[in-house]
Amino acid sequence: MKKMLAIFERDIALAFRAGGGAINSVVFLALTVLIFALAVGPDRARLAASAAPILWTAATLAAMLSFDSIFQADFEDGSLDVLAEATESLGFVAVSKAAAHWVSALLPLILATPPLAVLLGLPAAAYFPLVISLAVATPALSLLGVLASALALSLRRASILMTILTAPLLTPAVIFGVAAANAGAENSPLFGPLLMLLAAFTLLFLIAMPLAAGAALRFNID
Amino acid sequence: MAFDLANPQRFEKLAARLVPLLTIASGVTALFGLYMALFDSPADYQQGDSVRIMYVHVPAAWMALLCYSTMAIASAIGFIFKHPLADVAAKSAAPIGAAFTFLALVTGSLWGKPMWGTWWAWDARLTSVLILFFLYIGYIALWNAIDDKIRAARLAAIVCLVGFINIPIIKFSVDWWNSLHQPASVLRAGGPTIHGSMLTPLILMGAAYALGFAALLLVSMRGELAERRIARLEQAGRPPSKATVA
Repeated sequence: MKKMLAIFERDIALAFRAGGGAINSVVFLALTVLIFALAVGPDRARLAASAAPILWTAATLAAMLSFDSIFQADFEDGSLDVLAEATESLGFVAVSKAAAHWVSALLPLILATPPLAVLLGLPAAAYFPLVISLAVATPALSLLGVLASALALSLRRASILMTILTAPLLTPAVIFGVAAANAGAENSPLFGPLLMLLAAFTLLFLIAMPLAAGAALRFNID
Repeated sequence: MAFDLANPQRFEKLAARLVPLLTIASGVTALFGLYMALFDSPADYQQGDSVRIMYVHVPAAWMALLCYSTMAIASAIGFIFKHPLADVAAKSAAPIGAAFTFLALVTGSLWGKPMWGTWWAWDARLTSVLILFFLYIGYIALWNAIDDKIRAARLAAIVCLVGFINIPIIKFSVDWWNSLHQPASVLRAGGPTIHGSMLTPLILMGAAYALGFAALLLVSMRGELAERRIARLEQAGRPPSKATVA
């Protein structure tokens, strides 16, 4: 536990001190929203209706782009070997890495969502459900990202392959996430159950992904 | 890390004998199945003769799942027991599975045009088969991206197994998504029971596909084993590069 916390703190410090990482994905998110808005056109009603799906798509894409950096630096400078020696299981390393990735890369995305939603004219009632649905589902993205990043260590041209590998696996998060955001905006009774489905999805990934990522790390380090 | 090919050699002998048998069995079953499907089964009272697309479409969709299950089982065996033959089986099953999945998508689309009036509907089954197709593509792409065969096998096995536990969830989410977004009128009220006169050719076609899959898998595995042997011989016997003289 102590070691996990230490890894977490170190990653957070690196992410926020060195600058770049978190800000870049927020800028990417904003640019994706801009491109969507330009493509859809200035019609406010159409934009408002598709605001939640657009923000969900943009956030998912931004998250997928941030995956391959999770282990890369640690792998190159050798700290990953040290971590592998120091800890009982690489699965626990994967969990701390995922937590640090969520705080440093995805939390900024979630925080940037409401201002961008203003630009798209999202109805007032829809803000809270949108942010909550992202908050519940994005930890699953971080956990999947840890696996993707662990796999990517021995790959050439990893980033496009990472997208191909991860996108099909995160379709349930997008389906239930957007559905929850919409249900919440319409004050539908389905909002609660959908959030629970999202949470179940995240918890399943919490069990499966660190195991898989730990195994992948082991093969890529040896 | 030495490849112990002793066992694969025994496999080689068995496969060499099985491939012609399976191919013939598949061909004969397909002949009977196709005859019954095209001539000896009734046209559907609603769909007319286009129902006959079912006999090539439904078995392809079955195979799409069977191939992935084969891959997952082979991956698990390869991952746990580190047996190269299992790795080869998983790798060889992937392109065949992707081909069957593609076939299911194309025939489904061809069936959709007369039935639904459109080439593509975001029907729950079509959508989840499309996602399955992308899972196959990712798996194959991962194999191709890693040079070291053993590492590629282990990492691909992880991807395959993670995909396998996710397939039911994807299926569930897509079903749910579809029932929410799509008016049920587009979907056929699929009869809960299928008449025996249609079931027999369908089962025959399924058997023909499955036997064909087994034959293709063995051929593909033999090819992969031969390729590995060539690579090993080249590494052992020849200078590493001879094409750099300008």
